[in-house]
Amino acid sequence: MIDCPDTLSCEQFQSQLPELIGSGAAIAEHAHLQHCELCKALLADLEAIAEAARQLLPIVDPPEDLWEHIESAIKGERESSKEE
Amino acid sequence: MSNPGLSAQPLNPGSAASGRKFPEGEMPGQGAEEQAGQRSLLPSPTSDEAKLLAAAQSGDHQAFACIYSQHKRRIYSLCLRMVGSVAEAEDLTQEAFLQLHRKIATFRGDSAFSTWLHRLAINVVLMHLRKKNLSLVSLDEAMEPSPDEGPGRSFGAADLNLAGSIDRLALEHAVADLPAGYRLIFILHDIEGYEHNEIASMLDCSIGNSKSQLHKARLKLRDALCAYPRQEERR
Repeated sequence: MIDCPDTLSCEQFQSQLPELIGSGAAIAEHAHLQHCELCKALLADLEAIAEAARQLLPIVDPPEDLWEHIESAIKGERESSKEE
Repeated sequence: MSNPGLSAQPLNPGSAASGRKFPEGEMPGQGAEEQAGQRSLLPSPTSDEAKLLAAAQSGDHQAFACIYSQHKRRIYSLCLRMVGSVAEAEDLTQEAFLQLHRKIATFRGDSAFSTWLHRLAINVVLMHLRKKNLSLVSLDEAMEPSPDEGPGRSFGAADLNLAGSIDRLALEHAVADLPAGYRLIFILHDIEGYEHNEIASMLDCSIGNSKSQLHKARLKLRDALCAYPRQEERR
């Protein structure tokens, strides 16, 4: 529970949001959100974005021949360093 | 304490869990090799990983090839998300692994290997972005977009109510349109699952800065997502 008498304006509350969110605090119980529908909606939107971001996770394979290019470049670097 | 007011996916789920945000098996398209790479995010590498690293550090080409196999997808995906172009992502992935080959002997285990490698790859991406856009002359500047690139102020704004209505394609476009610094933090934290302390370590910034940039990124995405349907309606 965030024990905070709500004397905050929306601007003040929102300025604290990065730290509140980053700390993992129970933001929904914050005194300001008990009466401020605007900030409650903002928080819900940010939660929805964070959740939707997890759906963007799929990892993509590089092309099969990329390793061949890397090997070739490594070999080229070795040869040029020998010449020096 | 329970938190019934929040959704099942809190904004900072990693803070409540030990280690990573994404348990194995939750990452679509990932095989055993990639999962082995994921495990190396943990501070203490397994003995197999340590042996592989030691072999690669001593010049064993096969060991380096195994390390490439373990990390190629995350590095390539990071590059692809950051630059949005397949050709550029391939070039950047190649450059990242070439740099890894040159520098792997200098890895001393002060951080997890994958964190170290990601930081190396991120530096490659940032160098590339600097070459493309001279305004991105430093990470600090990338981390602090110009005022006109920042998110709009939210207080006083209408209830936008995005919950349940976020289109994946719209979000992908919005992420791609983020200024580089915001995009980087958002990708690392919200998509790749890194914690703020890991991001701060990778990017040489404070944890507070990482939290602040992530918040601004989400606000800017919110602005973009709310504008997206209106853009579609105009077509």
